[in-house]
Amino acid sequence: MKLPPLEYACPASLSEAVALLAAGGGDARAIAGGQSLMPMLAFRVVAPTLLVDLRKPPELKEIRISADGVRLGAMVRWRDIEDDARLAAAHPLLKAAVEHVAHYQIRNRGTVGGSIAHADPAAEMPGICVTCDAEIAVIGSAGSRVIRADDFFVGALTTALEHDEIITEIRLPAWPANRRWGFREFSRRRGDFAMAAAALFYDQDAGGSAVNAHVGVIGLGDRSRRLPEVEAALNSQVIDEALIERAAEITSATVDAQEDIHASAAYRRSLAGTMVERALRSAAA
Amino acid sequence: MPTNFEVNGKPVSVTVEARTTLADCLRHHLRLTGTHVGCEHGVCGACTVIVDGYAVRSCLMLTAQAEGTKVTTVEGLSNDEALTPLQASFRKHHALQCGFCTPGMITTAHALLSEEPDCDADRVRDVLSGNLCRCTGYISIVEAVLDARSAYKKPA
Ligand SMILES: Cc1cc2nc3c(=O)[nH]c(=O)nc-3n(C[C@H](O)[C@H](O)[C@H](O)COP(=O)(O)OP(=O)(O)OC[C@H]3O[C@@H](n4cnc5c(N)ncnc54)[C@H](O)[C@@H]3O)c2cc1C
Ligand code: FES
Ligand code: FES
Repeated sequence: MKLPPLEYACPASLSEAVALLAAGGGDARAIAGGQSLMPMLAFRVVAPTLLVDLRKPPELKEIRISADGVRLGAMVRWRDIEDDARLAAAHPLLKAAVEHVAHYQIRNRGTVGGSIAHADPAAEMPGICVTCDAEIAVIGSAGSRVIRADDFFVGALTTALEHDEIITEIRLPAWPANRRWGFREFSRRRGDFAMAAAALFYDQDAGGSAVNAHVGVIGLGDRSRRLPEVEAALNSQVIDEALIERAAEITSATVDAQEDIHASAAYRRSLAGTMVERALRSAAA
Repeated sequence: MPTNFEVNGKPVSVTVEARTTLADCLRHHLRLTGTHVGCEHGVCGACTVIVDGYAVRSCLMLTAQAEGTKVTTVEGLSNDEALTPLQASFRKHHALQCGFCTPGMITTAHALLSEEPDCDADRVRDVLSGNLCRCTGYISIVEAVLDARSAYKKPA
Protein backbone atom coordinates (compact mmCIF):
# COMPACT_ATOMS: atom_id res chain seq x y z
CA MET A 1 0.00 0.00 0.00
CA LYS A 2 0.96 3.63 -0.34
CA LEU A 3 2.11 5.53 2.72
CA PRO A 4 -0.28 7.78 4.62
CA PRO A 5 0.11 11.54 3.99
CA LEU A 6 2.92 13.00 6.07
CA GLU A 7 5.51 15.74 6.31
CA TYR A 8 9.26 15.21 6.22
CA ALA A 9 12.10 17.07 7.92
CA CYS A 10 15.85 16.51 7.75
CA PRO A 11 17.44 18.51 10.57
CA ALA A 12 21.19 19.14 10.58
CA SER A 13 21.65 18.66 14.32
CA LEU A 14 20.46 16.39 17.10
CA SER A 15 19.04 19.30 19.11
CA GLU A 16 16.86 20.34 16.16
CA ALA A 17 15.72 16.74 15.73
CA VAL A 18 14.73 16.52 19.40
CA ALA A 19 12.89 19.85 19.16
CA LEU A 20 10.92 18.63 16.13
CA LEU A 21 9.95 15.38 17.88
CA ALA A 22 8.95 17.27 21.05
CA ALA A 23 6.85 19.80 19.10
CA GLY A 24 5.11 16.99 17.20
CA GLY A 25 3.91 15.32 20.38
CA GLY A 26 3.33 11.64 19.71
CA ASP A 27 2.61 12.38 16.04
CA ALA A 28 6.23 12.93 14.99
CA ARG A 29 8.60 9.99 14.51
CA ALA A 30 12.26 9.55 13.84
CA ILE A 31 13.24 7.75 10.65
CA ALA A 32 16.65 6.09 10.36
CA GLY A 33 17.10 3.46 7.63
CA GLY A 34 13.34 3.14 7.18
CA GLN A 35 13.64 -0.64 6.82
CA SER A 36 11.09 -1.32 9.56
CA LEU A 37 9.25 2.00 9.63
CA MET A 38 8.45 2.17 5.89
CA PRO A 39 6.72 -1.26 5.92
CA MET A 40 4.81 -0.19 9.08
CA LEU A 41 3.71 2.96 7.25
CA ALA A 42 2.77 1.00 4.14
CA PHE A 43 0.62 -1.31 6.24
CA ARG A 44 -0.72 1.79 8.04
CA VAL A 45 0.16 0.23 11.38
CA VAL A 46 1.49 3.66 12.30
CA ALA A 47 0.49 7.02 10.83
CA PRO A 48 2.76 9.80 12.09
CA THR A 49 2.20 13.26 10.62
CA LEU A 50 5.92 14.12 10.58
CA LEU A 51 9.01 12.04 9.88
CA VAL A 52 12.27 13.39 11.27
CA ASP A 53 15.21 11.99 9.30
CA LEU A 54 18.28 11.31 11.46
CA ARG A 55 20.75 10.98 8.60
CA LYS A 56 22.53 14.33 8.97
CA PRO A 57 23.88 14.63 12.55
CA PRO A 58 27.45 13.34 12.08
CA GLU A 59 27.91 12.09 15.66
CA LEU A 60 25.44 9.23 15.13
CA LYS A 61 27.48 7.42 12.47
CA GLU A 62 30.63 6.39 14.26
CA ILE A 63 31.89 3.04 15.49
CA ARG A 64 34.30 3.70 18.36
CA ILE A 65 36.43 0.96 19.87
CA SER A 66 38.42 1.50 23.06
CA ALA A 67 39.45 -0.25 26.29
CA ASP A 68 35.92 0.47 27.57
CA GLY A 69 34.30 -1.55 24.79
CA VAL A 70 32.50 -0.89 21.53
CA ARG A 71 30.31 2.15 20.98
CA LEU A 72 27.97 2.05 18.02
CA GLY A 73 26.39 5.32 16.91
CA ALA A 74 22.65 4.86 16.41
CA MET A 75 22.94 5.40 12.62
CA VAL A 76 25.60 2.71 12.14
CA ARG A 77 24.23 0.38 9.46
CA TRP A 78 24.43 -3.41 9.38
CA ARG A 79 26.72 -2.93 6.42
CA ASP A 80 29.12 -0.76 8.43
CA ILE A 81 29.47 -3.51 11.05
CA GLU A 82 30.07 -6.10 8.33
CA ASP A 83 32.76 -3.90 6.74
CA ASP A 84 34.60 -3.01 9.98
CA ALA A 85 37.49 -5.49 10.26
CA ARG A 86 38.31 -4.34 13.82
CA LEU A 87 35.09 -5.79 15.18
CA ALA A 88 36.12 -9.40 14.54
CA ALA A 89 38.42 -9.09 17.55
CA ALA A 90 36.68 -6.26 19.42
CA HIS A 91 33.28 -7.97 19.49
CA PRO A 92 33.03 -11.28 17.64
CA LEU A 93 29.58 -12.06 19.08
CA LEU A 94 28.17 -8.81 17.67
CA LYS A 95 29.74 -9.51 14.30
CA ALA A 96 28.38 -13.07 14.17
CA ALA A 97 24.87 -12.02 15.18
CA VAL A 98 24.68 -9.18 12.66
CA GLU A 99 25.52 -11.61 9.85
CA HIS A 100 22.03 -13.01 10.41
CA VAL A 101 20.20 -9.70 10.06
CA ALA A 102 18.00 -9.33 6.97
CA HIS A 103 19.11 -9.24 3.34
CA TYR A 104 21.81 -7.47 1.30
CA GLN A 105 19.76 -4.42 0.28
CA ILE A 106 18.19 -3.99 3.73
CA ARG A 107 21.61 -4.25 5.36
CA ASN A 108 22.76 -1.30 3.24
CA ARG A 109 20.24 0.99 4.98
CA GLY A 110 19.05 -0.56 8.25
CA THR A 111 20.65 0.78 11.43
CA VAL A 112 21.38 -0.52 14.93
CA GLY A 113 19.48 2.36 16.56
CA GLY A 114 16.42 1.72 14.41
CA SER A 115 16.51 -1.96 15.26
CA ILE A 116 16.53 -1.51 19.02
CA ALA A 117 13.92 1.29 18.87
CA HIS A 118 11.72 -1.02 16.79
CA ALA A 119 12.28 -3.82 19.37
CA ASP A 120 11.11 -6.80 17.36
CA PRO A 121 11.30 -9.83 19.72
CA ALA A 122 12.93 -11.87 16.92
CA ALA A 123 15.59 -9.27 16.01
CA GLU A 124 19.24 -10.02 16.66
CA MET A 125 20.50 -6.63 17.90
CA PRO A 126 18.16 -6.33 20.90
CA GLY A 127 19.25 -9.87 21.84
CA ILE A 128 22.92 -8.89 21.72
CA CYS A 129 22.22 -5.77 23.81
CA VAL A 130 20.42 -7.82 26.48
CA THR A 131 22.96 -10.66 26.52
CA CYS A 132 25.94 -8.31 26.75
CA ASP A 133 24.44 -5.87 29.32
CA ALA A 134 24.68 -2.99 26.84
CA GLU A 135 23.84 0.55 27.79
CA ILE A 136 21.67 2.68 25.53
CA ALA A 137 22.46 6.40 25.46
CA VAL A 138 19.52 8.63 24.54
CA ILE A 139 18.83 12.36 24.29
CA GLY A 140 15.49 14.10 24.65
CA SER A 141 14.05 17.47 25.60
CA ALA A 142 14.56 16.59 29.28
CA GLY A 143 18.28 15.96 28.61
CA SER A 144 20.43 12.88 28.16
CA ARG A 145 20.19 9.57 29.99
CA VAL A 146 21.65 6.11 29.81
CA ILE A 147 19.32 3.11 29.99
CA ARG A 148 20.39 -0.49 30.74
CA ALA A 149 19.34 -2.80 27.93
CA ASP A 150 17.28 -4.92 30.31
CA ASP A 151 15.25 -1.84 31.28
CA PHE A 152 15.12 -0.49 27.72
CA PHE A 153 13.19 -3.40 26.19
CA VAL A 154 9.71 -3.47 27.69
CA GLY A 155 7.93 -5.90 25.36
CA ALA A 156 7.18 -6.57 21.71
CA LEU A 157 7.72 -3.32 19.76
CA THR A 158 7.76 -1.46 23.10
CA THR A 159 10.71 0.30 24.71
CA ALA A 160 11.40 2.74 27.54
CA LEU A 161 11.95 5.59 25.01
CA GLU A 162 9.85 8.76 25.38
CA HIS A 163 8.34 10.12 22.15
CA ASP A 164 10.86 12.96 22.00
CA GLU A 165 13.90 10.82 22.77
CA ILE A 166 16.51 9.79 20.21
CA ILE A 167 18.94 6.94 20.71
CA THR A 168 22.45 8.27 20.19
CA GLU A 169 24.67 5.33 21.01
CA ILE A 170 24.76 1.66 22.00
CA ARG A 171 27.59 0.87 24.43
CA LEU A 172 28.79 -2.71 24.59
CA PRO A 173 31.15 -3.49 27.49
CA ALA A 174 34.74 -4.48 26.69
CA TRP A 175 35.32 -7.95 25.30
CA PRO A 176 38.28 -9.87 26.83
CA ALA A 177 40.50 -11.44 24.18
CA ASN A 178 40.09 -15.06 25.29
CA ARG A 179 36.37 -15.03 26.03
CA ARG A 180 34.45 -18.05 24.76
CA TRP A 181 31.28 -17.32 22.79
CA GLY A 182 28.70 -18.83 20.46
CA PHE A 183 25.81 -17.66 18.31
CA ARG A 184 23.29 -19.94 16.62
CA GLU A 185 20.09 -19.01 14.85
CA PHE A 186 17.37 -20.97 13.12
CA SER A 187 15.15 -19.40 10.46
CA ARG A 188 13.48 -21.02 7.46
CA ARG A 189 15.24 -18.84 4.91
CA ARG A 190 18.50 -16.98 5.06
CA GLY A 191 18.04 -13.42 6.29
CA ASP A 192 14.65 -14.00 7.87
CA PHE A 193 13.91 -13.14 11.45
CA ALA A 194 14.93 -15.76 14.00
CA MET A 195 12.47 -18.52 14.85
CA ALA A 196 14.82 -19.01 17.76
CA ALA A 197 18.41 -17.97 18.37
CA ALA A 198 20.93 -18.20 21.20
CA ALA A 199 23.69 -15.70 21.95
CA LEU A 200 26.06 -16.62 24.75
CA PHE A 201 29.53 -16.18 26.22
CA TYR A 202 31.57 -17.07 29.30
CA ASP A 203 35.06 -16.48 30.62
CA GLN A 204 37.30 -19.16 32.12
CA ASP A 205 39.13 -19.15 35.44
CA ALA A 206 42.63 -20.57 35.96
CA GLY A 207 41.21 -24.06 36.44
CA GLY A 208 39.27 -23.93 33.17
CA SER A 209 35.85 -23.50 34.77
CA ALA A 210 33.28 -21.17 33.25
CA VAL A 211 32.68 -17.87 35.02
CA ASN A 212 30.53 -14.88 34.15
CA ALA A 213 28.24 -16.94 31.89
CA HIS A 214 25.74 -14.87 29.89
CA VAL A 215 23.11 -16.80 27.96
CA GLY A 216 20.47 -14.94 25.95
CA VAL A 217 17.67 -16.15 23.70
CA ILE A 218 16.07 -14.35 20.77
CA GLY A 219 12.68 -14.92 19.12
CA LEU A 220 11.04 -16.37 22.23
CA GLY A 221 8.39 -14.52 24.20
CA ASP A 222 7.81 -10.79 23.93
CA ARG A 223 11.49 -9.76 24.04
CA SER A 224 15.01 -11.16 24.26
CA ARG A 225 15.97 -12.35 27.71
CA ARG A 226 18.84 -13.94 29.57
CA LEU A 227 18.30 -17.34 31.14
CA PRO A 228 19.54 -17.14 34.77
CA GLU A 229 18.92 -20.85 35.45
CA VAL A 230 21.14 -21.87 32.56
CA GLU A 231 23.82 -19.35 33.53
CA ALA A 232 23.80 -20.71 37.11
CA ALA A 233 24.23 -24.25 35.82
CA LEU A 234 27.29 -23.24 33.77
CA ASN A 235 29.09 -21.01 36.26
CA SER A 236 32.01 -22.63 38.16
CA GLN A 237 31.78 -25.75 36.00
CA VAL A 238 34.05 -27.15 33.33
CA ILE A 239 31.89 -27.14 30.21
CA ASP A 240 31.76 -30.66 28.83
CA GLU A 241 29.30 -32.54 26.64
CA ALA A 242 27.13 -33.68 29.58
CA LEU A 243 26.80 -30.12 30.86
CA ILE A 244 25.97 -28.84 27.38
CA GLU A 245 23.12 -31.32 27.14
CA ARG A 246 21.95 -30.36 30.62
CA ALA A 247 22.00 -26.66 29.62
CA ALA A 248 19.82 -27.48 26.60
CA GLU A 249 17.32 -29.28 28.84
CA ILE A 250 17.15 -26.40 31.30
CA THR A 251 16.67 -23.97 28.40
CA SER A 252 13.72 -25.91 26.98
CA ALA A 253 12.20 -26.28 30.44
CA THR A 254 12.49 -22.65 31.53
CA VAL A 255 12.26 -20.52 28.41
CA ASP A 256 9.11 -18.50 27.78
CA ALA A 257 7.80 -19.36 24.29
CA GLN A 258 4.79 -18.25 22.30
CA GLU A 259 2.78 -19.94 19.58
CA ASP A 260 2.27 -18.07 16.30
CA ILE A 261 1.84 -18.78 12.60
CA HIS A 262 5.49 -19.83 12.32
CA ALA A 263 5.70 -22.43 15.09
CA SER A 264 4.05 -23.91 18.16
CA ALA A 265 5.28 -23.00 21.63
CA ALA A 266 6.51 -26.55 22.23
CA TYR A 267 8.54 -26.52 19.01
CA ARG A 268 10.07 -23.17 19.92
CA ARG A 269 11.06 -24.38 23.40
CA SER A 270 12.73 -27.41 21.91
CA LEU A 271 14.43 -25.29 19.23
CA ALA A 272 15.73 -22.87 21.87
CA GLY A 273 17.36 -25.79 23.69
CA THR A 274 19.00 -26.93 20.47
CA MET A 275 20.29 -23.43 19.70
CA VAL A 276 21.82 -23.11 23.20
CA GLU A 277 23.34 -26.57 22.83
CA ARG A 278 24.94 -25.78 19.47
CA ALA A 279 26.11 -22.33 20.56
CA LEU A 280 27.71 -23.82 23.69
CA ARG A 281 29.39 -26.53 21.67
CA SER A 282 30.91 -23.96 19.32
CA ALA A 283 31.98 -21.86 22.33
CA ALA A 284 33.69 -24.82 23.95
CA ALA A 285 35.34 -26.10 20.75
CA MET B 1 10.35 21.93 -2.04
CA PRO B 2 12.04 20.10 -4.92
CA THR B 3 14.34 17.16 -4.30
CA ASN B 4 17.52 17.17 -6.35
CA PHE B 5 19.51 14.08 -7.20
CA GLU B 6 21.08 12.26 -10.11
CA VAL B 7 19.45 9.40 -11.98
CA ASN B 8 21.57 7.36 -14.38
CA GLY B 9 24.07 10.18 -14.67
CA LYS B 10 21.56 12.99 -15.30
CA PRO B 11 20.55 15.58 -12.69
CA VAL B 12 16.84 15.58 -11.84
CA SER B 13 14.72 17.89 -9.74
CA VAL B 14 11.33 16.60 -8.65
CA THR B 15 8.54 18.02 -6.55
CA VAL B 16 6.48 15.22 -5.04
CA GLU B 17 4.40 14.63 -1.91
CA ALA B 18 6.61 13.80 1.06
CA ARG B 19 5.10 10.32 1.30
CA THR B 20 6.19 9.40 -2.25
CA THR B 21 8.66 6.53 -2.21
CA LEU B 22 11.70 6.64 -4.44
CA ALA B 23 10.17 3.70 -6.37
CA ASP B 24 7.00 5.64 -7.17
CA CYS B 25 8.98 8.77 -7.97
CA LEU B 26 11.10 6.87 -10.49
CA ARG B 27 8.11 5.18 -12.10
CA HIS B 28 5.40 7.84 -12.03
CA HIS B 29 7.30 11.10 -12.08
CA LEU B 30 10.44 10.22 -13.99
CA ARG B 31 8.74 7.58 -16.15
CA LEU B 32 11.48 5.06 -15.51
CA THR B 33 9.23 2.03 -15.33
CA GLY B 34 12.09 -0.48 -15.44
CA THR B 35 12.09 -0.44 -11.63
CA HIS B 36 9.32 -2.84 -10.65
CA VAL B 37 7.15 -2.64 -7.57
CA GLY B 38 6.01 -6.01 -6.29
CA CYS B 39 5.16 -5.89 -2.61
CA GLU B 40 5.69 -2.25 -1.53
CA HIS B 41 6.93 -3.35 1.87
CA GLY B 42 10.45 -4.54 1.46
CA VAL B 43 10.20 -8.30 0.95
CA CYS B 44 10.44 -8.98 -2.80
CA GLY B 45 13.45 -6.97 -4.00
CA ALA B 46 11.93 -6.16 -7.43
CA CYS B 47 12.34 -2.43 -6.72
CA THR B 48 16.09 -2.59 -6.06
CA VAL B 49 18.10 0.39 -7.31
CA ILE B 50 21.67 1.47 -6.60
CA VAL B 51 22.10 4.60 -4.47
CA ASP B 52 25.65 5.92 -4.13
CA GLY B 53 26.99 2.47 -4.96
CA TYR B 54 24.75 0.54 -2.55
CA ALA B 55 21.88 -1.70 -3.69
CA VAL B 56 18.76 -0.62 -1.77
CA ARG B 57 15.02 -1.21 -1.93
CA SER B 58 13.46 1.89 -3.49
CA CYS B 59 10.04 1.13 -1.94
CA LEU B 60 11.61 1.57 1.51
CA MET B 61 13.11 4.97 0.77
CA LEU B 62 11.36 8.32 0.60
CA THR B 63 12.14 10.44 -2.43
CA ALA B 64 13.36 13.16 -0.05
CA GLN B 65 15.96 10.74 1.30
CA ALA B 66 17.55 10.60 -2.15
CA GLU B 67 18.48 14.30 -1.98
CA GLY B 68 22.06 14.75 -3.19
CA THR B 69 22.59 11.09 -4.13
CA LYS B 70 23.46 9.31 -7.36
CA VAL B 71 20.79 6.75 -8.27
CA THR B 72 21.26 4.01 -10.86
CA THR B 73 18.20 2.13 -12.10
CA VAL B 74 18.05 -0.87 -14.38
CA GLU B 75 17.74 1.53 -17.34
CA GLY B 76 21.18 2.87 -16.41
CA LEU B 77 22.66 -0.62 -16.69
CA SER B 78 21.87 -1.04 -20.37
CA ASN B 79 22.73 0.68 -23.61
CA ASP B 80 21.10 0.86 -27.01
CA GLU B 81 23.90 -0.83 -28.94
CA ALA B 82 24.30 -4.27 -27.44
CA LEU B 83 23.54 -6.43 -24.44
CA THR B 84 25.88 -5.79 -21.52
CA PRO B 85 27.84 -8.83 -20.31
CA LEU B 86 25.41 -9.20 -17.37
CA GLN B 87 22.37 -9.02 -19.68
CA ALA B 88 23.98 -11.45 -22.12
CA SER B 89 24.67 -13.87 -19.29
CA PHE B 90 21.04 -13.71 -18.11
CA ARG B 91 19.97 -14.47 -21.66
CA LYS B 92 22.43 -17.30 -22.12
CA HIS B 93 21.39 -19.02 -18.88
CA HIS B 94 17.64 -18.40 -19.29
CA ALA B 95 17.74 -16.48 -16.02
CA LEU B 96 14.35 -14.90 -16.65
CA GLN B 97 10.91 -16.06 -17.61
CA CYS B 98 8.18 -13.49 -16.94
CA GLY B 99 10.84 -10.88 -16.17
CA PHE B 100 9.09 -9.24 -13.24
CA CYS B 101 11.94 -9.86 -10.83
CA THR B 102 14.66 -9.19 -13.41
CA PRO B 103 15.28 -5.46 -12.78
CA GLY B 104 15.90 -6.22 -9.10
CA MET B 105 18.10 -9.19 -9.96
CA ILE B 106 20.18 -7.15 -12.43
CA THR B 107 20.66 -4.15 -10.13
CA THR B 108 21.50 -6.38 -7.15
CA ALA B 109 23.90 -8.53 -9.17
CA HIS B 110 25.56 -5.44 -10.65
CA ALA B 111 26.13 -3.94 -7.20
CA LEU B 112 27.51 -7.23 -5.91
CA LEU B 113 29.82 -7.93 -8.86
CA SER B 114 31.11 -4.36 -8.93
CA GLU B 115 32.30 -4.79 -5.35
CA GLU B 116 33.04 -8.50 -5.21
CA PRO B 117 33.94 -9.82 -8.67
CA ASP B 118 35.40 -12.93 -7.02
CA CYS B 119 32.30 -13.93 -5.08
CA ASP B 120 31.41 -17.63 -4.96
CA ALA B 121 28.06 -19.38 -5.48
CA ASP B 122 27.29 -19.31 -1.78
CA ARG B 123 27.77 -15.54 -1.62
CA VAL B 124 25.60 -15.04 -4.72
CA ARG B 125 22.82 -17.09 -3.13
CA ASP B 126 23.20 -15.19 0.12
CA VAL B 127 22.90 -11.83 -1.63
CA LEU B 128 20.01 -12.90 -3.88
CA SER B 129 18.10 -14.33 -0.89
CA GLY B 130 16.40 -10.95 -0.63
CA ASN B 131 15.03 -11.12 -4.20
CA LEU B 132 11.99 -13.27 -4.91
CA CYS B 133 11.46 -14.96 -8.27
CA ARG B 134 8.26 -16.92 -8.84
CA CYS B 135 9.32 -18.43 -12.15
CA THR B 136 12.88 -19.62 -12.57
CA GLY B 137 13.67 -21.55 -9.40
CA TYR B 138 16.77 -19.34 -8.99
CA ILE B 139 19.36 -21.85 -10.23
CA SER B 140 19.65 -20.22 -13.65
CA ILE B 141 19.91 -16.77 -12.06
CA VAL B 142 22.77 -17.84 -9.79
CA GLU B 143 24.53 -19.39 -12.79
CA ALA B 144 24.08 -16.23 -14.86
CA VAL B 145 25.54 -14.05 -12.11
CA LEU B 146 28.51 -16.40 -11.61
CA ASP B 147 29.16 -16.48 -15.34
CA ALA B 148 29.14 -12.67 -15.55
CA ARG B 149 31.90 -12.32 -12.95
CA SER B 150 34.71 -12.25 -15.50
CA ALA B 151 33.33 -9.07 -17.05
CA TYR B 152 33.68 -7.27 -13.71
CA LYS B 153 37.26 -8.30 -12.94
CA LYS B 154 39.78 -5.54 -13.30
CA PRO B 155 42.50 -6.41 -15.83
CA ALA B 156 45.59 -7.47 -13.87
C1 LIG C 1 12.33 -8.09 4.49
C2 LIG C 1 12.96 -7.63 5.77
C3 LIG C 1 13.65 -8.55 6.55
C4 LIG C 1 14.23 -8.16 7.74
N1 LIG C 1 14.89 -9.10 8.49
C5 LIG C 1 15.45 -8.75 9.67
C6 LIG C 1 16.12 -9.70 10.50
O1 LIG C 1 16.27 -10.86 10.14
N2 LIG C 1 16.60 -9.28 11.69
C7 LIG C 1 16.47 -7.97 12.11
O2 LIG C 1 16.94 -7.64 13.20
N3 LIG C 1 15.87 -7.05 11.36
C8 LIG C 1 15.34 -7.40 10.15
N4 LIG C 1 14.71 -6.44 9.41
C9 LIG C 1 14.59 -5.07 9.95
C10 LIG C 1 15.84 -4.24 9.69
O3 LIG C 1 16.94 -4.77 10.38
C11 LIG C 1 15.68 -2.78 10.08
O4 LIG C 1 16.78 -2.14 9.53
C12 LIG C 1 15.67 -2.43 11.54
O5 LIG C 1 14.74 -3.19 12.27
C13 LIG C 1 15.26 -0.96 11.75
O6 LIG C 1 16.32 -0.12 11.45
P1 LIG C 1 16.08 1.16 10.55
O7 LIG C 1 17.31 1.96 10.65
O8 LIG C 1 15.67 0.73 9.22
O9 LIG C 1 14.93 1.90 11.35
P2 LIG C 1 13.60 2.65 10.88
O10 LIG C 1 12.77 1.71 10.09
O11 LIG C 1 13.95 3.94 10.26
O12 LIG C 1 12.93 2.92 12.27
C14 LIG C 1 12.39 1.88 13.06
C15 LIG C 1 11.79 2.48 14.34
O13 LIG C 1 12.82 3.00 15.15
C16 LIG C 1 12.64 4.40 15.39
N5 LIG C 1 14.00 4.96 15.38
C17 LIG C 1 14.94 4.79 14.40
N6 LIG C 1 16.12 5.33 14.80
C18 LIG C 1 15.91 5.84 16.03
C19 LIG C 1 16.76 6.52 16.95
N7 LIG C 1 18.08 6.75 16.71
N8 LIG C 1 16.24 6.91 18.13
C20 LIG C 1 14.93 6.66 18.41
N9 LIG C 1 14.09 6.02 17.58
C21 LIG C 1 14.58 5.61 16.41
C22 LIG C 1 11.72 4.87 14.32
O14 LIG C 1 10.97 5.98 14.74
C23 LIG C 1 10.84 3.66 14.10
O15 LIG C 1 9.85 3.59 15.07
C24 LIG C 1 14.14 -6.81 8.18
C25 LIG C 1 13.46 -5.87 7.39
C26 LIG C 1 12.87 -6.27 6.19
C27 LIG C 1 12.14 -5.24 5.37
S1 FES D 1 8.52 -3.60 -4.02
FE1 FES D 1 10.22 -3.05 -2.85
S2 FES D 1 10.83 -4.91 -1.97
FE2 FES D 1 8.98 -5.46 -2.98
S1 FES E 1 11.21 -14.44 -13.95
FE1 FES E 1 9.17 -14.29 -13.26
S2 FES E 1 9.46 -13.64 -11.20
FE2 FES E 1 11.45 -14.04 -11.83
